[in-house]
Amino acid sequence: MGKVGVIGVGQSAFVRGYPGSIRELAFEGFKEAMQDAGISRTDIDASVICSAPEYDKQRSPAGVLAEYLGLTPQPTFYLESLCSSSSMGLRTAYSLVKSGLHDVVAVIGFQKMSEISSAESQERMGRGADIQWESPFGTMMPAYYAMYARAHMAAYGTTPEDLALIRVKAATYGQINEKAVYRKPVTFEMFSDPESPMSGPVASPLRVGDCCANADGSSCVIVASEEKAKAFSEKPVWILGLGAASTAVNLAGRELFTGLTVAREAGEQAYKMAGITPKDIDVAEVHDCFTIAEMMAYENLGFAKPGEGKDLIRGKETYKDGSIPVNVDGGLLSKGHPIGATGGSQIRTIVLQLRGEAGDMQVKDPEIGLVHNIGGVGLYGNVSIFGR
Amino acid sequence: MGKKKKQVDDRFKKFGTVSFTSISKVNDFVDYLEKGQVMGTRCKDCGRIFFPPRADCCDCLTSNMDWVEVTGPGKLVSFSKLEYAPVGFGDDLPYCIALLDYGDYKVFGRIADDVPEEEIQVGMEMTTKVNTLPNGQLNYVFHKA
Repeated sequence: MGKVGVIGVGQSAFVRGYPGSIRELAFEGFKEAMQDAGISRTDIDASVICSAPEYDKQRSPAGVLAEYLGLTPQPTFYLESLCSSSSMGLRTAYSLVKSGLHDVVAVIGFQKMSEISSAESQERMGRGADIQWESPFGTMMPAYYAMYARAHMAAYGTTPEDLALIRVKAATYGQINEKAVYRKPVTFEMFSDPESPMSGPVASPLRVGDCCANADGSSCVIVASEEKAKAFSEKPVWILGLGAASTAVNLAGRELFTGLTVAREAGEQAYKMAGITPKDIDVAEVHDCFTIAEMMAYENLGFAKPGEGKDLIRGKETYKDGSIPVNVDGGLLSKGHPIGATGGSQIRTIVLQLRGEAGDMQVKDPEIGLVHNIGGVGLYGNVSIFGR
Repeated sequence: MGKKKKQVDDRFKKFGTVSFTSISKVNDFVDYLEKGQVMGTRCKDCGRIFFPPRADCCDCLTSNMDWVEVTGPGKLVSFSKLEYAPVGFGDDLPYCIALLDYGDYKVFGRIADDVPEEEIQVGMEMTTKVNTLPNGQLNYVFHKA
């Protein structure tokens, strides 16, 4: 069997309050990916539509979106794994192509979060945790990640200031990413300034500045067989490795609280499939829904030993010119996190990096890139490795 | 004669500030809470202890469970104090969610409101006790051992 490549990537701008419906939102990412691939809609053999359904008023959005994008009568279906939905979509598209069932598959991620209030949104995201045994205590995503942050600090001496450094890095690149929802600068001093919103408490030890923003957005990744990829694209980017894992939804069923087992396991699978080690990664996109999530990703992906993630950010090693650039597009922290669209946006960034088309965010001549995309509080983990 | 309405056993709706589940095969958990006991289950076939309690054992593929009480101290794995709450929980703010490790199992819950935050340390020993919430609902909270 041949390789599987990415021939087109696109995303909408990530914004607050998208002035349109979900089908119109999905069109934006789709249009960019189709123009990028230079193909027509009849070249697509199937579509995988990815989002988290609790935000959607539309029941079964796949059919509605496929019709609007002109992807009927080809098969289409809906896929959900919370915030990692579109990375799981990539995994599914890979297997559809690798099996020979289809030649070209579009992975379309979208989320219009702004139709409900932030408190409602927290409650719904909180229900991505265990609704029978944990949600009745009043849980929400920042508080779960805060528990990981607390455990990481207790075990390794990581500090809230280390986490603030991650946000400062994200804002450095968010400012130059025209697709990002948060484009203002963030300084280290803001975290100790009671007048700054960044320093406001959310769930100790996490503060406002440690949390990503909700946003509306869409993304699209077009995957093709080796033969079709070579025919359609001058610069296909190949999928070298894929990993995926799950764990107990209830924290009571877990063993590790200083990292995410799903990221570690998915990373090991992806490295093994690609035949590489963490040292071979030239540029990475990691799921920084909270600053602590990026810190744990450094360690779970093997960029740093457990407990040594803080040294990477203190030494600016994850900046664009560092030894392992991470989230040089602003990450979820600055770009925004429209759940179902997030993984596709991360993949887009890595594909553009590998093609040398990332503009001001371009890392010097990367050959291999990695995407780490997490669903829920480390409930689902996907790691995908790409190469030129 | 009118149709007799079937009685629904929805005791589980009494668990927590807001319960999102009303019917479960472990509804007796709530009866134990009313008696002041926090209970898990133990598989009679393999002896595995489950907290939160389960009605079924995925290893043995059986449903032969005993109730076992959560007693004594556990070690605090981590905690977080919330300054914002999901819809329906605002009146409880601020509150701390936390996880205790009992060795064979772990218990997720809240730390009692009367434990000052500065006295809470990862690794400290805490006990689990039933708590009645201001709205009459039941949960359990952790106290300093």
